[in-house]
Amino acid sequence: MDIKTFIIAAVIKIALVVFIMLTGVAYTTWLERKVIGRIQNRWGPTRVGPFGLLQPLADGIKFILKEDLLPDYVHKGLFILAPMLALVMSLISIAVIPFGESITIDGHTTALQISGMVSSSGGISDINIGLLIILGVTSIGVYGVALAGWSSNSKYSLLGSLRASAQMISYELALGLSLVGILLLSGSLSLREIVFSQSGNWVLGGHDTHIPHWFIFPQIVGFFIYLLAAYAETNRIPFDMPEAETELVAGYHTEYSSMKFAMFFMAEYVNMFTVACLATLLFFGGWHGPQLGFLPPIGQALLPVLYFAAKVFFFIFLYIWIRGTLPRFRYDQLMAFGWKFLLPLAIANIIITSLIVAWRG
Amino acid sequence: MIIHQVLFIVFGIICVAGAVNLLVQRHPINSALSLVVVMASLALIYLLLGAEFVAAIQVIVYAGAIMVLFVFVIMLLNAGAEERTRGSQVALFVGVPGMIALAATVGWLLVHSGGQLGGVTISSSSFGETHQIARLLFKDFLLPFEITSVLILIAIMGAVVLGKREN
Repeated sequence: MDIKTFIIAAVIKIALVVFIMLTGVAYTTWLERKVIGRIQNRWGPTRVGPFGLLQPLADGIKFILKEDLLPDYVHKGLFILAPMLALVMSLISIAVIPFGESITIDGHTTALQISGMVSSSGGISDINIGLLIILGVTSIGVYGVALAGWSSNSKYSLLGSLRASAQMISYELALGLSLVGILLLSGSLSLREIVFSQSGNWVLGGHDTHIPHWFIFPQIVGFFIYLLAAYAETNRIPFDMPEAETELVAGYHTEYSSMKFAMFFMAEYVNMFTVACLATLLFFGGWHGPQLGFLPPIGQALLPVLYFAAKVFFFIFLYIWIRGTLPRFRYDQLMAFGWKFLLPLAIANIIITSLIVAWRG
Repeated sequence: MIIHQVLFIVFGIICVAGAVNLLVQRHPINSALSLVVVMASLALIYLLLGAEFVAAIQVIVYAGAIMVLFVFVIMLLNAGAEERTRGSQVALFVGVPGMIALAATVGWLLVHSGGQLGGVTISSSSFGETHQIARLLFKDFLLPFEITSVLILIAIMGAVVLGKREN
C-alpha cells in the first residue's frame, strides 16, 4: 500500500469513527434519559421530534449557544486545558480498537480499525501493545478531572477531583490486574490477536461443546472485576462519588458551563464506549458470531461489525440499567471495596489462571 | 528514516523544554505538569527506538500513576506558589562553573572520541517486544528482578510503619 492511499484511508477512517462515536454518544444520552424514565415510571424526553429523537440535537445547540463563563479567580490555563485533555484522551483510545476484521471497497482492502494496517503480504497488522496504549491513555485522562477541580478554585470542585483521582488510582490497579488472565490465555497484548484467539468453540475432552471460545467462560471472575473496576474508572453510578450531586453540587465540573461542560460530558460517554468495546473484545469474542451464509457478500462483510455493535450496545444498556437501579456507595466503602476485595480477588485470579495455563502446557 | 530523526528532534526539544520549565515555574502544580510532559516525551523517544513495551510502561507508571500521585498530594496539601529567594552563594560560585566544566568535558569527549565509544546494534526484529523483555526479566535476570521487588516492598512497609507511628 503506498503512502497516499494509506493517508487517505486513515483520514476517512478517523472522520468516520469520530462521527459515529460522537453520534453514538449523543444518542446514548437520549437512550439513558428514555430508559431511566421508564425505570422511574415516566416518559423521558418526548417533545423534540418523534419519541424525543431530536433531543440530543437540541441539547447540542443549547451547549453551543450558552454563554461560556470563565469564573473569577480560576487558574485560567489549566481551567481551559482540563476539559480538552479529558475529551482528547478519551477519543485517542478509540484509535486502537478494532471493530471488525477488514473490508474491501473497490479493490482497496483496509482494516476496520484506525491503527490497523494492511501489510504487503495482505495480512493485517495491529499495534502489538494495543491494550497497554488504552491503559496508558486512560491513566493520562485522570489529569483532566484532577486539574478541572484544582483550577476551578472552589471547594466542591476540589473535593470532587480529589475523590476522582483517589478513586481512579485505586481502581486502575484492579482493572489492570483483571486483564492479566486474558493475556495469559491469549499470549498477546494486541487486541486483534486477542479476538482471533477467541474464534471457534471450546473443545472439552476431544468433542465440540458448541459453546463459543470466548474468554468470559474461563475468566468469569476476571470479567466481574473488570466490569466493576471499569465502572469505577468512568465515575458512573454506583461509583459516582466525584460528582455526587447531594454532597458536592456537581463535583469537579461544578464551575464549568457551555461547551467546556459538554466536553466533560462527552468524555464520560466516550469512556463508557471504550469500556464497552474493551469488554466485548476481551471477554465476548469481539466481532465473532454465527455466520449467516444466505446473506449477500456486503452483508457477510458487515455482519461482524453488527455483532460487535450489538455486544457494545448490551454493555451501554447495562450501564444505564445499573444507574437506574443501584444507590451510590459511601466513600470509605468504595475504597475498602477496591483495595480489600477487588485487588486480592484479582491477584488470586491471576495465580489460579497462571497455574492452570502452566499445568496444561 | 528522516521522519524518525525529525520526530526525535521534536520530542527531544519538547523534553528539554519541559525540564527547563519544571525548574523555572513557581507553582508546584505547574512544575509537576512539566514533569508529566518530560515523561511523556521520553516515552515517545523510547517508541522511536523500537522499545514499545517500555514506552507504554513509561506512560502508565510514570506519567500516569506516579505523577498523578504527585499532583494529588499537591492538591491535597493545597500548596501555594513558592517564594523566589536570591539563591545561595555556593550554587552561584561552585555550582554554575562546575556545571559548565562537566558539560564541556562530556561534549569534548563525545566530539573527540565519539567513534571509539562503541554502539549497540539491534540484533533481531523482535527487539523490545513484550515477549523478549519477559524472557529477560523472568529467566535471565530473575534473581535481581525479584530482589528489587523485595526492596521496594521493604520501602513500602517502612513508609507504613513511619506513617502509623504518630497514633
